[in-house]
Amino acid sequence: MAIKIEKKTKMKIGIPTASMPDIIFQLLIFFMVSTVLREYQGLKVSLPEASRIEKLPTKRHVTTIWVDRFNNAVIDDVSIKKITDLRGMVYNKLVVDPQLIVSLRVDERADMGIVTDIQQELRKAQALRINYSALPTHGG
Amino acid sequence: MAMKRNRERGEPEIPSASLPDIVFQLLIFFLVTTTIDVDKGLDLVLPPPGDVQIELAKKNITNILINDAGQILIDEEIIPVEEVDNIVRNKLLENDKLVVSVKTARKTKYDIYIKVIDQLKRAGATRISLAEPEEA
Repeated sequence: MAIKIEKKTKMKIGIPTASMPDIIFQLLIFFMVSTVLREYQGLKVSLPEASRIEKLPTKRHVTTIWVDRFNNAVIDDVSIKKITDLRGMVYNKLVVDPQLIVSLRVDERADMGIVTDIQQELRKAQALRINYSALPTHGG
Repeated sequence: MAMKRNRERGEPEIPSASLPDIVFQLLIFFLVTTTIDVDKGLDLVLPPPGDVQIELAKKNITNILINDAGQILIDEEIIPVEEVDNIVRNKLLENDKLVVSVKTARKTKYDIYIKVIDQLKRAGATRISLAEPEEA
């Protein structure tokens, strides 16, 4: 019995490993290209839930505005002290990147007042494409 | 044979035996740092600036009002959030030129606003207008 098993194990059917580095390289390149390192810290927010959410088409033309539950607003880690300053800040970004999409990461407990103010400033700055960040609804 | 010839010419070679290991390390780094998804949300295009009043026939507008208590009013009727989808869908069937205008109070919670926008997206409403909140 024991001899039989030994014989079987001695039969060598190897998986060819010659192309392994190539496969790993492909994976590496995929992850390198798809990675966007986190640039900004933002604020701590708990996002609302929604069912009809869409993926942002790109990550490269996105600027993010955070609003936390105490109605503090931050754009790309620069805090917005006066809401009217936002217009110039967004306008400058829009000049650099005309395809700009503004992602609004607003806490679900924030008031609409500040959100509306931000939206009015974005309109004045001609940054019209926005995206309300949301989480997928559970079980829906 | 080939090796021998190289040696004879005295060409130094970079050892490539550890290349897979290096590549593996890089791969693992990128695997760990990559965050796929995360940025998902509701797309919306804001109306252009300026106080250009677009003339709309009264019958083509549906007003949705949300007060600071989170109550939703459509056509003078208070309705629960889940009903917005059906009501707007029926209205769109009757009139495909319908513009839905969403108006909030300044103290309205963002959560309920997103729920309404989500319901409108479900109903297939593409013309969504945002009205400025009234000053309290």
